[in-house]
Amino acid sequence: MPINYEDNIYEVIRNRERCINCRVCERQCANLVHKYSAETGEMVSDSMTCVDCQRCVSLCPTKALKIIKNINTYRDNANWSESAIKSLYKQAESGGVLLSSMGTPEPYPVYWDKILINASQVTNPSIDPLREPMETRVSLSRRPQNVERDGEGNIVNTIKNALTLSVPIMFSAMSYGSISYNAHKSLAIAAKKLGIFYNTGEGGLHRDFYEYGANTIVQVASGRFGVYKDYLDAGAAVEIKMGQGAKPGIGGHLPGEKIVDDVSKTRMIPKGTDAISPAPHHDIYSIEDLRQLVFSLKEATNYTKPVIVKIAAVHNIAAIASGIARSGADIIAIDGFRGGTGAAPTRIRDNVGIPVELALACVDTRLREEGIRNDIALVVGGSIRNSADIVKAVALGADAVYIATGALLALGCHLCRSCHLGKCNWGIATQNPELVKRLNPETGSVRLINLVTAWKHEIEEMMGGMGINSIEALRGNRLMLRGIGLTNKELEILGIYHAGE
Amino acid sequence: MKKIYVQEEWCLKCRLCEYVCAYANSGCENIVFALKNRPISPRITVEDDGKICFAVSCRHCDDPSCLKGCISGAISKADGVVRIDKNKCVGCLTCVLSCPYGAISVGPEGTATKCELCIGNAGGTPMCVRFCPNRAIICE
Repeated sequence: MPINYEDNIYEVIRNRERCINCRVCERQCANLVHKYSAETGEMVSDSMTCVDCQRCVSLCPTKALKIIKNINTYRDNANWSESAIKSLYKQAESGGVLLSSMGTPEPYPVYWDKILINASQVTNPSIDPLREPMETRVSLSRRPQNVERDGEGNIVNTIKNALTLSVPIMFSAMSYGSISYNAHKSLAIAAKKLGIFYNTGEGGLHRDFYEYGANTIVQVASGRFGVYKDYLDAGAAVEIKMGQGAKPGIGGHLPGEKIVDDVSKTRMIPKGTDAISPAPHHDIYSIEDLRQLVFSLKEATNYTKPVIVKIAAVHNIAAIASGIARSGADIIAIDGFRGGTGAAPTRIRDNVGIPVELALACVDTRLREEGIRNDIALVVGGSIRNSADIVKAVALGADAVYIATGALLALGCHLCRSCHLGKCNWGIATQNPELVKRLNPETGSVRLINLVTAWKHEIEEMMGGMGINSIEALRGNRLMLRGIGLTNKELEILGIYHAGE
Repeated sequence: MKKIYVQEEWCLKCRLCEYVCAYANSGCENIVFALKNRPISPRITVEDDGKICFAVSCRHCDDPSCLKGCISGAISKADGVVRIDKNKCVGCLTCVLSCPYGAISVGPEGTATKCELCIGNAGGTPMCVRFCPNRAIICE
């Protein structure tokens, strides 16, 4: 037998003093890490298959478990790190492309953490959001250039097909297939109750969720899965997915094992076949082609719904965004390179694209310079982690943000980054019915609602601190931001001053 | 009075309810002391035939067979809760035989025990409801 180079990454540590052999860990682990030995009357763990999803740790009634990094050490090498060596071993064994899930864990700079928010002192009063009205509602659409009035001097509302959100937050695209029925249901219920939107992703819309249509953004991606008239009509907006932050420039591949009954019906492809989204849209090779698709979709929906174009943040994003703003689309969604995914080639996820903070700043600047910022709304996603990130994004010029990883965390995800294995112990990224039922949408939706409500309060507090009482007045208000520990070039791109300036 | 209901759709057969029930009724403050190396006698049991699973505990019937069959007058019903007075129970187990749900079992002292909605211990929400990870057990 050849040598097995694989080594367990984590180690399950069981405190024998506390373990009561209740076997809850054994029943809850889809990776079969824990086993009860009738002979010794004790639990044993095989750390080899552990993905560190923390399900057993969370459910252990006596808190007898913890998972640590395997401390087995390779010889120190700053160049050939342990993970670099292990990846190489894996490929030497398999001959395949390395796959990963969720956003890149590599230590790239997080610009949100290098930006500070302003507050009022003395010369302009701050506002107490608990006593005074605070507007967090935003409207996403093309904005009018001029105010029009009728004969009697009343303002005529020329805004068409706007998406109105109670908070500048939406749940970004995650397809049914990559995430479970119950995860989708949780998002749909929460979006409806919060007065925001969730996004179907590219996998079509399950029949059961048509009732949430008024809070649904339906996506049209290069695979065109599940796209037909009723689908387009069901949503409040249509999103054309050109790219995804985690894997710019490449398509998607949902393995046949995940195309079970309902997923196959919803995607409109045969059961068990791989769902392959091509890298490009085969009908889009230029901005003009994109414009055609934008108007095809508008035509198909009788010009009643806004069209969103979602792109990954890449090097020449500003020029691309400028093109999209002229394509007739109503909203641009930019997905930064730290954005999540159900599965992506590791090397692409970890090396392709640019941070969303820089992409947002340069796109907003470019569109303003060209005088077309009002022609389009700007939504950004790709690792928005908290309400402060949202405030910073809005101040950099975003109209709203997309959250997905954050939403999954609220549903129980522990970022073990093993979605591509299809054995999600939290019932999120799996189609195994035994695992899917672990996510009760009743509790899931409440947790999502709690999260967004908490963030709304915090956004109000931060805006109040700055003396601002509406999101509109915060948008693009870069004077409210200061950089910390950034180079001149970074500050220039972000369009903000350094702290102290 | 509130009752405990199970939503079988959400039962994961993790059996946490059984262990927290045994803990709640052990009188021990520490869950490890209560459950480690000793037989447990939970008042809720997860039934599982491979296809369907759910936790079963006393239904607190409108017309309880156990109460009618009790030879020592240990079982009573007040405020919608059927309870067993272990000081009166003689351990004949007639109630165990007569319960149509199999919700009565023999406790560590040889007397019959059953779910009493945690009235005597934690107070407020029954422990199985509080600790069910998927809201499969609810108290309404």
